[in-house]
Amino acid sequence: MSVNMNKEASTWEPRLLGFLCQWCSYAAADLAGTSRQKYPANIRIIRVPCSGRVDPLFIIRVLCLGFDGVLVSGCHPGDCHYQTGNYYTRRRMSITKKFLEYLGVEPQRVTLSWVSASEAGKLTELLSEMNKEIKKIGPNRLFADEIRRNGTETSP
Amino acid sequence: MGSEPRIGVYVCHCGSNIAGTVDVKELTEFAQNLDSVVIARDYIFMCSEPGQEIIRKDIKDSGINRVVVASCSPRMHEPTFRRACQEAGLNPYLLEMANIREHCSWVTEDKEMATEKAKALVSAAVKRVYYHQSLEVRKVPLNPNTLIVGGGIAGIQAALEIANSEHKVYLVERSPSIGGHMIQLDKTFPTLDCSACILTPKMTDVGSHPHIELMSYSEVEEVSGFVGNFKVKIRKKAKYVDADKCNGCGLCQEKCPVKVDSEFDAGMGKRKAIYTPFAQAVPNIPVIDIENCTYFLKEKCHLCEKVCEADAIDFEQKDEVVEVEVGSIILATGYDVFDPTPMSQYGYGRLDNVITSLEFERLVNSAGPTGGNIVIKEGSAPQSIAILHCVGSRDRNYNEYCSQVCCMHALKYAHLIKEKTDAEVYQYYIDMRCFGKGYEEFYKRISDEGANFIRGKVAEVTDQAINEEEKGKLVVVAEDTLLGSIIRVPVDMVILCVALEPQPDAEAVARLFNISQSADGFLLEKHPKLDPVATTTDGIFIAGCCQGPKDIPDAVAQASAAAARVLAMISKGEVEIEAAIATINEDLCSGCKICSLICPYTAISFDEEKEVCIVNEALCKGCGACVSSCLSHAIGLRHFTNEQILAQIGGMLI
Repeated sequence: MSVNMNKEASTWEPRLLGFLCQWCSYAAADLAGTSRQKYPANIRIIRVPCSGRVDPLFIIRVLCLGFDGVLVSGCHPGDCHYQTGNYYTRRRMSITKKFLEYLGVEPQRVTLSWVSASEAGKLTELLSEMNKEIKKIGPNRLFADEIRRNGTETSP
Repeated sequence: MGSEPRIGVYVCHCGSNIAGTVDVKELTEFAQNLDSVVIARDYIFMCSEPGQEIIRKDIKDSGINRVVVASCSPRMHEPTFRRACQEAGLNPYLLEMANIREHCSWVTEDKEMATEKAKALVSAAVKRVYYHQSLEVRKVPLNPNTLIVGGGIAGIQAALEIANSEHKVYLVERSPSIGGHMIQLDKTFPTLDCSACILTPKMTDVGSHPHIELMSYSEVEEVSGFVGNFKVKIRKKAKYVDADKCNGCGLCQEKCPVKVDSEFDAGMGKRKAIYTPFAQAVPNIPVIDIENCTYFLKEKCHLCEKVCEADAIDFEQKDEVVEVEVGSIILATGYDVFDPTPMSQYGYGRLDNVITSLEFERLVNSAGPTGGNIVIKEGSAPQSIAILHCVGSRDRNYNEYCSQVCCMHALKYAHLIKEKTDAEVYQYYIDMRCFGKGYEEFYKRISDEGANFIRGKVAEVTDQAINEEEKGKLVVVAEDTLLGSIIRVPVDMVILCVALEPQPDAEAVARLFNISQSADGFLLEKHPKLDPVATTTDGIFIAGCCQGPKDIPDAVAQASAAAARVLAMISKGEVEIEAAIATINEDLCSGCKICSLICPYTAISFDEEKEVCIVNEALCKGCGACVSSCLSHAIGLRHFTNEQILAQIGGMLI
């Protein structure tokens, strides 16, 4: 499956990566599954203990690898399982998004959300929305030439 | 670790839950061809006994040392498969699960896309598990002793529950006697039980219990350690009376010439400089108040020493600091009452006969300063009394919350007043909150007894008469909202039902024990519904009014709940320490201390000698907030390392 750089190709589906905290957002994704809610298949979810674990450098790395969008989702502010982790997430993501925008990355590519364990519907709606928005702005062109040359296989 | 990772991938059909949407055969073949994958199998129900046996067999016979199970959510079966690995002799942390059910087969309609997604999830899990390390879950033994701070009804209840299970309790109480606020009360609603009658037997039990070490007139100074292993320093303040010699005869108190306002009587009565706060004090050992004692002030007067037949007075006594080791701590530090002086419209402190609810409790108590007679300042019985609800509660200017007990004790006062005097009673209320067992019935009873209820928060209590009837009286001015008009009622006494507030040193206590306060200043519970007696610091529990205003039944229930939690821990005997915790590479650490500021569990401290930060493995909960904040990339999180996560990300791109 290679990166499709042709914006007009109707078969292009954005590739999204999500970092979901295991106590709230990942649980919401599980709930979406148990309730058999359907959402686009192009989101890949990674479990983290807390949204505070998400290093802004991960976001950069994800975009450099060719993903078209990143989601970071945690507990609602005030409800963090580890008390304060999501407050730091909020601050880091705010700076990261501004910084990325300054560097020419469309703000729609990076989303921060607060989804509690019971809000499966909110999550699936969010994922569908992200998918729609990123389809409009097209594929991620960051380091596009290098990706075209070397493919997206990167060893960690 | 040493040996090269040999990965086994196990794809679960989960009946048709996965296999109905994802092509499990294609997925298994795909997995077989991934780097470092030695074996790839599929089976109908991996979590079943035969399914687990497949994994165990491969570990034992084929040298599999990393396991990927592609099935349901790890929140479902990670413990199951970890156990299976452990049973086969493989460290349980060398397992990774790919969630191809909740996150794939169940949420994707298109079978081809579902299969492609499952491949990506498996590839990511394979890439990640390559970098997993063996981790040990450490267990530390738990000290079976318990510290309880606060000797009111909640502290007493918890102490007795634990001590009756034959485990040791250290009960620390700041004042000279246990009993808290409850022993100050006369009768308790709604049954009108005599408070002292139900409490003093428990107090006596505590005083004589073989498993309770009561430290009265003492305070906790320092707390260190972690759940199961706390070290606590307690300052036993000098009483200047030798507890071993004193026989509680009371002669010293009788003869002492100094009289000061009694804290126990809420200032309504007097005590001596050498005193027990009340007659039924436990322990029944007097203490000397050195701020008012003539000997300590002017070095004159040895009267107590002279009359003491047991030779128990010891002016040379010093404070003693002891250190105890306990496994759990229960905080039952209670409440303080709101001081209505700032509410100048009510005239508290300025006008005679405007008193607080606690002061009225002492007035009406048969063991109180007036022998239970309700009298106004000049000694006669009042002909009319106004009781004002919600003074300092439900008030944006002071405390927004409702103090829960005031409506009920106001009704109780109406009853006691009617019982002891012929006075008219006027209750000024906003709502009548009679929520508990027998409470509404009590309200009906009191209404039938003839108390007057006026719905309206009092605007002013004044001594400025505008007519003959009001001369020499306190005039209560309020809007009767049900009538829609402002009314003035002249009375002889005004009782202010003051709010229950956190203790003035609640912040210091919270900091000392490393717990939090809620927005209103009371101590914060872990979860208001599901975990009301635990705190976010493992091993420390809260009970009673220190957590929030409540009546005696609820305080006792919480105390029993906290005791049960402690006993559960003691019965287990050991505490598990989270294995997936933070680690610091001291060579890279610059000592900036950002991580220690971020940690909500104060699990990171700064080593002054090495000038680097170090992680307390027992306190760290493995959230990883510190990892993303480290500017030197010196701190990592076991089982969620950068290497593992980046490998997982890379694996998603197939």
